[in-house]
Amino acid sequence: MSAMQSQAFIDATALAYLAAAVLFILALRGLSSPETARRGNLAGMLGMLLAVAATIAQPAIFAHGLLPIFAAIAAGGVVGLVIARRIPMTAMPQLVAAFHSLVGLAAVLVASAAFLHPASFGILDAATGEIITASRIEMSLGSAIGAITFSGSVIAFLKLQGLMSGAPILLPRRHLINLLLALFIIAGIVAFVGNEQAALAGIPAFWWVTAGSFVIGFLLIIPIGGADMPVVISMLNSYSGWAAAGIGFTLGNTALIVTGALVGSSGAILSYIMCKGMNRSFLSVIAGGFGGEDAAAATARADRPVKAGSAEDAAFILKNAGSVIVVPGYGMAVAQAQHALREMADLLKKEGVSVKYAIHPVAGRMPGHMNVLLAEANVPYDEVYELEDINNEFAQTDVAFVIGANDVTNPAAKTDPSSPIYGMPVLDVGKAKTVLFVKRSLSPGYAGVDNPLFYQENTMMLFGDAKKMVEEIVKNLD
Amino acid sequence: MMFTILGVAGAAHAAMPSPVIQQLTVFVLAVFVGYYVVWSVTPALHTPLMSVTNAISSVIIVGALLAAGGEGWTTAQILGLVAIALAAVNIFGGFAVTQRMLAMYKKKPRTGSGQDGKE
Repeated sequence: MSAMQSQAFIDATALAYLAAAVLFILALRGLSSPETARRGNLAGMLGMLLAVAATIAQPAIFAHGLLPIFAAIAAGGVVGLVIARRIPMTAMPQLVAAFHSLVGLAAVLVASAAFLHPASFGILDAATGEIITASRIEMSLGSAIGAITFSGSVIAFLKLQGLMSGAPILLPRRHLINLLLALFIIAGIVAFVGNEQAALAGIPAFWWVTAGSFVIGFLLIIPIGGADMPVVISMLNSYSGWAAAGIGFTLGNTALIVTGALVGSSGAILSYIMCKGMNRSFLSVIAGGFGGEDAAAATARADRPVKAGSAEDAAFILKNAGSVIVVPGYGMAVAQAQHALREMADLLKKEGVSVKYAIHPVAGRMPGHMNVLLAEANVPYDEVYELEDINNEFAQTDVAFVIGANDVTNPAAKTDPSSPIYGMPVLDVGKAKTVLFVKRSLSPGYAGVDNPLFYQENTMMLFGDAKKMVEEIVKNLD
Repeated sequence: MMFTILGVAGAAHAAMPSPVIQQLTVFVLAVFVGYYVVWSVTPALHTPLMSVTNAISSVIIVGALLAAGGEGWTTAQILGLVAIALAAVNIFGGFAVTQRMLAMYKKKPRTGSGQDGKE
């Protein structure tokens, strides 16, 4: 970044970053269909290679030996590859949360390095010897958002991994604490922008901003319950993008600015889709507390009769059906029943039964999670349908096979305004001629709401572990 | 690639907006591109979308490289090296796990197409 570089070299570098940004856009564009997605991913890798190569080619970096840099890349790369290869698909939400935390922390470290040694970033004002004003705004915002992303993602990771209770942790006066902390951070940014050397208790404002943001990220996520985690992961995805964009402004780097904007809007859209899938407003998710107090409401369950069946009954009904729609939920993945389920579907198809899968937007623990779990079990993706594409078909379907799902099928969401899940879009499984409901017991779902579907006349409950039950059905189909 | 304060930037080229405004232009347009591209992503691929956005946002490694590349062995350089390693975990891990997931998405084997899918 020295002034000695020729204009042609600087322009070539900028063009390389532009090309990288275009390749990243193509990577996301490829995801519009599974057929083009792999090519898209390759475009993304190429873009990354180009951006890294263009940066390393800078004389300022090149001149001082590349060994430590390559060692750091190799160390991180090996860890990343090993994790990517070993991670079970059920653990994807935790993995993504952990990856978000790394982006956040990297943003904080880069902003801190820019604060300590602005010369290597070319952000010093030649006249005053201080960091230029615009860069101060960008780097403090980048650092703050990065810190929030980091500590928030760590909490999300701990909750998803089960290392921390999924129940919301509600501090007294948490909204007031958060508000005061937010004001403190904003005041710190203003002070830093006004005067680079501004300090409180001898510590520069920049560090106060970063530290305050770490704390607020932590406080913002602990009150959010497990049921809302899909929104939280998407939201943190968005934050990691905005943090990257903030650093991109500091560096004047097109690739980073464009990527930050892409990732930021991607996460925001996914958060919106998840909120809509649960009929929750974004603000009520952020405010937290959902999934805790409702558990008590479930005790008011009536002792109504339910019809229970065996695997043999289920096999008979399935074999004689013309069409079956499978409704999988996260419980199926926990029981690792997806492979047995696919085997069951294969046997039914041999009998001439049409088999389709219906996926609710919040069926898994992150956007699209259930689709990945089914794909892993070799379920062809063109047999898997989204809620709005298949919901009308239940009325003409012989059997709805619900496995590991509960709240997303609950008709109370449509009929009972007092229900906590009222207004949430649900799969109309009750309209099928027969509903087979695989479940451990009559216990309510995640949201703590009783499901009237259990007591419906056309419902047959199949009590037991999802995997064992499906394996039994498979045996009876043979 | 020297940046100046808002307003002073145009001194040499009076007709040019300052670099910050040019960057803002790129940013705002990219938000719109992101909005339309992401809405066209099929919901079935939302998990790979999250893992790939994760990987590409690690292009922040560019900043880490600049921080690590300065002279001597300063704190800033060490922070840069740590940031490089963190971003590298994400880049390699993010792209690899995305590739692994995408490889699992298969179409229904068509009868008579010559491909024998299962059993």
